[in-house]
Amino acid sequence: MRALTILKNAAFILALPLLLILLWWLGTLGGTNFYVPTPLQLIVTFFQTWFGERMVEDVLPSIGRLFAGIALTIAIGIAVGVVIGLFRPLRRVLEPLLEFFRAVPPPVLVPLLMLIIGVNDQMKVTVIVSGAVWPVLLNTVEGVRGTDQIMRDTARSYRMTRTQQLLHLVLPAASPQILTGVRQSLPIALILMVISEMFGSSTGLGLSILQFQRNFAIPEMWSGILVLGLIGFGLSIAFRIVERRILRWYHGLREVQREG
Amino acid sequence: MKAERKDAAPLLVVDHLKKVYPTPDGGVEAVRDLHFSVPAGQLACIVGPSGAGKTTLLKCIAGLLPITSGSVSLLGEGVTGPPQAMAVVFQENGRSLFPWMSVQANVELPLKSAGLSRDERRRRAEEALHAVGLDEVGGSYPWQLSGGMQQRVAIARAIAYQPKVLLMDEPFAAVDAQTRADLEDLIRTIWMQLGVTILFVTHDIDESVYLGERVIVLSNSPTVVQDDIAIDLPAERDQLTTRNAPRFAELRGRIYEQIQRAKHNRGTESIQVADAG
Repeated sequence: MRALTILKNAAFILALPLLLILLWWLGTLGGTNFYVPTPLQLIVTFFQTWFGERMVEDVLPSIGRLFAGIALTIAIGIAVGVVIGLFRPLRRVLEPLLEFFRAVPPPVLVPLLMLIIGVNDQMKVTVIVSGAVWPVLLNTVEGVRGTDQIMRDTARSYRMTRTQQLLHLVLPAASPQILTGVRQSLPIALILMVISEMFGSSTGLGLSILQFQRNFAIPEMWSGILVLGLIGFGLSIAFRIVERRILRWYHGLREVQREG
Repeated sequence: MKAERKDAAPLLVVDHLKKVYPTPDGGVEAVRDLHFSVPAGQLACIVGPSGAGKTTLLKCIAGLLPITSGSVSLLGEGVTGPPQAMAVVFQENGRSLFPWMSVQANVELPLKSAGLSRDERRRRAEEALHAVGLDEVGGSYPWQLSGGMQQRVAIARAIAYQPKVLLMDEPFAAVDAQTRADLEDLIRTIWMQLGVTILFVTHDIDESVYLGERVIVLSNSPTVVQDDIAIDLPAERDQLTTRNAPRFAELRGRIYEQIQRAKHNRGTESIQVADAG
């Protein structure tokens, strides 16, 4: 019974991708379009291109910078968001400014940061953080601001210290919003990882794809896009697992509220 | 019959308390002049028409709202912030419990700020949960429990804190009648076992008579004390006989009458009260 359910779920998840691959295969049967490789060609190229030297020289450093960027994004976003969310005067002063910075498209910062920081890992991580931090930061502000008044009164009446209120009330209460922000910032971080590598870089996934394209190494270029897709997919799966764990209480609570 | 004022220093003194909420056009006077004191060990109920500023009063006493003039003192010391010797059970217990923590952790949390050791916290929390009849649910989340059980957890959290005074703000407003009766009896039992002083705010006249040794009737907002009635029912009460006693009906009638008058009294009428006892 259980095995059958798993099988059924797998069928639901895989049916459409398999169908699309089949259509793609059928589409490439007739002729040879230079720009579109066959599925088999792509898979072979994928393994040949990426599982070797490139894994160490391009893929892993890119992923490393991506993770560093995401970690900094979450840390800075939450820390600054909590401070702004807790102090109303600060919020009123900063909110218009934050909206402005958030509205600046992060890729335009790349040339600027190249000049200020130089072409190095720090610059690339800074680009990632500069664009990805906003959803986390702004959602944290909202989450902190929305802390239930009765819960705050309760914490105060039991004389909880500021640190205790932060750890046991403010952060957990804001955690659903914070994680919403993190989910929004993950794809932004991935996009900026690629873009940060397309300018004056010497390694990385973004650069590799650009080079393949310039050299008309079309199947290789496609396989690079596939790598990016897989990284994005992996990120979203990892996020789901972490989110389920942290917000177990929240999903349970929501379910009870829906029933009641 | 006025509640007798004990000569022994009262535990809680509310001295000409006035609370004005500041607004651009001068402010809204929620509480005009409240003056009463509660001796140690008393279970006093506060009733008033809806909108009488009951919650405002309670928050002022709890040190959660600044007072405009007058004072509140507990054990002879002025209340300027939440005092150590006080615990508050709020109106919506479901919202005052932290949904991300287990029941046990919720009850233990205030004890952490009181600086107790882990073992001591666990022991007290288990005792308190036992006292409210919830031995089995320490590991559950609050939202997995019924409304009535959530109120019990909030009460357990308050008594584990071992306060001298327990403030309760319409804690049973949102539960069904049967649960409410059980919780009323629980409060009586806890009060008699622990000897804690309880100030119980409610809008329900029957509840105030059933629970209290004394009922303080508030006027409409801006609030003053409209009447202060001693409840001379026997200490052992039960839902059936107590509520059917003739004396219960008399007291209930008197308070009802005062509430009706309170609805029209906006703190201006002089407080001369006919003695119904």
